[in-house]
Amino acid sequence: MPTSLTARLTAVLVLAAGSAAAEGEDATVVLGAAVSLTGKYSVNGKNTKDGYDIAVERINEMGGVKIAGKSHKLKVIYYDDESTPARGAQLAERLINQDGVKFVLGAYSSGLTKAMAPVTEKYKVPHVEGNAAARELFTQGYRYLFAVLSTADYYLRDAVILAAEMAKEHGRNPKDVKIAMAFENDPFSLDVREGVVEEAKKYGMKILVDDKLPPEINDMAATLTKVKAVKPDLLLVSGHEKGATLVVRQTAEMKVDVPMVASTHCDSAKIAENLAQAADGVLCGSQWDRHLAYQDKWFGSAEQYAQRFEKRFNYPAPYQAAESTAVVLVFADAFARAGSLDPEKVRDALASTDLMTMFAPIKFDSTGKNIAKQMVLYQVLNGTYKVVSPRKWAETKPVWPRKLPQ
Amino acid sequence: MKSVLGYVCAGALLLALPLLAPTYQTQLAFLWVMIVLALTWDLLGGQMGYNSFGNIVFFGIGMYACAVVQRDAGLGYFAGLFLGMGCGGALAVAAAAFLGAGILGLRGHYFAIATLGLGIAAGELASGWEFIGAGGGMVPPLFPGALGGRERFFYYLCFAIAAATFPVLRWLYAGRFGLALNAIRDDEDKAEAMGLRTTRYKITAWCICAFFLGLAGGAVGNLTGFIDPREVAFAGSTYGVWMVLMAILGGKGTLFGPVLGAVIFHLTKELFWTYLLGWQRVALGLLIVVIVVFFPTGILGWARVRWPERFGHRVEGA
Amino acid sequence: MDNLRLLFDAPLLPVQLLLDGVLIGAIFALAALGMALVWGVMGIINVAQGELVMLGGYAAYFLYRAGIHPLFGVPLAAALLFCLGWALYRSLIFRVVDQDLFISILATFGLSILLQQLANAFFGADVRTAESGFGTWAVRGGAITIARIKLVAFGAALLTGGVLVLFLKSSRLGQAIRATAQNARAARVMGVDTDRVYARTFAINAAICGASGALVAMTWIVHPYLGLPYTVRSFMIVIVAGLGNLQAVLASAVALGVAENFAGFIFGAEYQTAFVFTLLVVILVLRRFWLSRQRRYLA
Repeated sequence: MPTSLTARLTAVLVLAAGSAAAEGEDATVVLGAAVSLTGKYSVNGKNTKDGYDIAVERINEMGGVKIAGKSHKLKVIYYDDESTPARGAQLAERLINQDGVKFVLGAYSSGLTKAMAPVTEKYKVPHVEGNAAARELFTQGYRYLFAVLSTADYYLRDAVILAAEMAKEHGRNPKDVKIAMAFENDPFSLDVREGVVEEAKKYGMKILVDDKLPPEINDMAATLTKVKAVKPDLLLVSGHEKGATLVVRQTAEMKVDVPMVASTHCDSAKIAENLAQAADGVLCGSQWDRHLAYQDKWFGSAEQYAQRFEKRFNYPAPYQAAESTAVVLVFADAFARAGSLDPEKVRDALASTDLMTMFAPIKFDSTGKNIAKQMVLYQVLNGTYKVVSPRKWAETKPVWPRKLPQ
Repeated sequence: MKSVLGYVCAGALLLALPLLAPTYQTQLAFLWVMIVLALTWDLLGGQMGYNSFGNIVFFGIGMYACAVVQRDAGLGYFAGLFLGMGCGGALAVAAAAFLGAGILGLRGHYFAIATLGLGIAAGELASGWEFIGAGGGMVPPLFPGALGGRERFFYYLCFAIAAATFPVLRWLYAGRFGLALNAIRDDEDKAEAMGLRTTRYKITAWCICAFFLGLAGGAVGNLTGFIDPREVAFAGSTYGVWMVLMAILGGKGTLFGPVLGAVIFHLTKELFWTYLLGWQRVALGLLIVVIVVFFPTGILGWARVRWPERFGHRVEGA
Repeated sequence: MDNLRLLFDAPLLPVQLLLDGVLIGAIFALAALGMALVWGVMGIINVAQGELVMLGGYAAYFLYRAGIHPLFGVPLAAALLFCLGWALYRSLIFRVVDQDLFISILATFGLSILLQQLANAFFGADVRTAESGFGTWAVRGGAITIARIKLVAFGAALLTGGVLVLFLKSSRLGQAIRATAQNARAARVMGVDTDRVYARTFAINAAICGASGALVAMTWIVHPYLGLPYTVRSFMIVIVAGLGNLQAVLASAVALGVAENFAGFIFGAEYQTAFVFTLLVVILVLRRFWLSRQRRYLA
């Protein structure tokens, strides 16, 4: 027993030393990533990993990244954060110290990114992420953290704005719009809630139901009973895939008739595919949609990216994958412009990014947020998702009020 | 004499470890935390016979108390940290005294399940309380100082906590207190009948556990960098269960058993996590089942049967 | 406390909550019945009970995807889980039956983690549902709605309870089970193969959980991590009801369902789970004080 343990320990140390040595030789740029491969976020963790993988494959296929005239291939080292931030410190130390990575791709959860950001900041490691949208990340003065996505508080703001517009169109004062909401008790959903509360305050709307759902929730009946009683004009829910599935199912089941229902994570919960009838008319906040007219030199248009992704991974690309792909593209672009792999130069190149990708236009402000991007709102109509906001990209007018399926 | 020399040598080696293996400092810091978790669990479970699944409550209380003090007391980083840890320990002890009055009256598996419920309820209640950030968690202040200093500091901090826990428990076990605990484990009613104030001893034992757990909680909260009520602070299904397993793996009711169990378990867990990406939790579940079913007496228990002389037993006609 | 006021302002609301609670409680009752059976006969507390429910749910989900209506999925899931339960007993559980209760708790806890993670690895963490297509029964113009599937679940729970009671009373295996529960040694002396009885009991428990899981898949959602709350609820129900009394199990399950629903409404959904677990602790502590008055201890 003890002997094999020593053997294993030696093996680990040797491997660690070996990998550290091997990093500098071949023209490969190593990126490190912690993704949620197991645990409650593993669905989106897989989406994230697939997004990173397809980007790396495509870039390498096209000849890699040209840094100072020399072609470099990309490679990603993955660790599993098990969907909990408890590992944050260890992961960061592992990637930076043991595996020697100088560039970090973001994790899926806001909690984990909150834990890792201080570490990458300390070690001056450029950290680009596409999946953690907590606002707090951008109020700490981090110089090495960049996010390609819109922050969480923007997810459902458009739904509130749309509700106000509908009210005006039908001769009502936006102030009279009554809101009911239920948010999961986790960093991401609470940020979504912040955005909604802010937006509602701007219009002077009243919030009648404000429930926080525990992450293990399997039943929204108690909340929906309340919602039924107060008869709101707008119901907002954010609870990852569970929240989306439950709100769709249970509003239909309990005959909760609300003229406008909006949720997050509809596409990864596949409500249009699995619950087509019950989901009709539900609005979804999303970071991206394949019908948007964005494009880039690696993947072409968003639609082309979506098709390529679907062929490669056998499921339609959710926005979590697209935003992860964009992260890698941003790094590739920054490496090329910096002309070097020196983290400081790359960091400065990242800060001055002005790039169009199939995910969104990317331009970072001084805090690392992507200010060139807008959120998308779409509605489930006849089993498909149709973009209804922003008006510039809308495929169709939103259907209002929502009719409950019989 | 020999044992003192042994301790001194071991101590010197462990103190020098950050210099010898700088890339593993955080993992080693967690190793010390695991040792504290296992030792404190064994105080209650192994020595006293009260198997608790809810010791994590004190860990979480310590973590949050420390973070709140750091946030609100307006002191410098180190002053805030040490005051916070002290408060964490004190608050944990208070909680143990308060809860112990009711819960320590339960026996056997009722106690186990009640503490399980307690651990989970604490996590749920914490995630609804706005003052400590509710579900969004809390972020403790950033460590000031040079690069690499953070890991080293926390290594020594966690080592200090473990180094404080071990001799205290050793001293307790060697004296009347340890005997009283064992008596409670072996037959509580008889002990009570013989005049032992069992309730007092039980609550004291839990308070001692709580104190060290509270300190460890404060340290881990700062080490992890983000306090999530269910995953980090009141991590019942991870740390809460692991502390039980480590003590059992090493050998319940012994002094070195939990230490040994913690070392092996932590090492194995880290190896799984590196080499079995995606399957590490499955492997861990399997490991738990194997440990419990096939090695319920733990490594030291097995060793005691194999080499009884080393443990001071004399086996006739061997 | 506006939530409390809502209850009084809209009198139909408490009725809805009550109705929902009763129907939900029926599904809890099934898992609790299984736990009571295993605990009473084998003397082990199966912490993996919730995971068996979860697997039953997945079985129903996959059958549903294969085109079988979920209602038939209930007995089919039960049958599948029966085999699984048997296999689990033969490979693992038999080793912990004679041991300390704490060991069985830990072993089944390890088993629950294993099952959970295997489910996550093989099925993914997506939430799944199986559509029963039964629709909703709306009363008083939609003010009170009852999902028909919940009525079906309630009926199924009562049916299963009834069948179980009858089975235990009249069949040979049932008698053997009761004999083993009363005194395993004596049963063995009388020629009962207690090992087989244990295997069958555990398998029956798994089957009951499977049926419960299928109903869960139809009523709500299934995902790999739904297990632990079911386990804890089963445990609470069994403690309150006592081991021998199956009718009491049903009653306490319904009471728990109602209490939980009202708590979720009044305190807010974020405290619903906290309520369940806190209630567990409170029940245990209160019971201990009540018993110690009578100089009996929860041992």
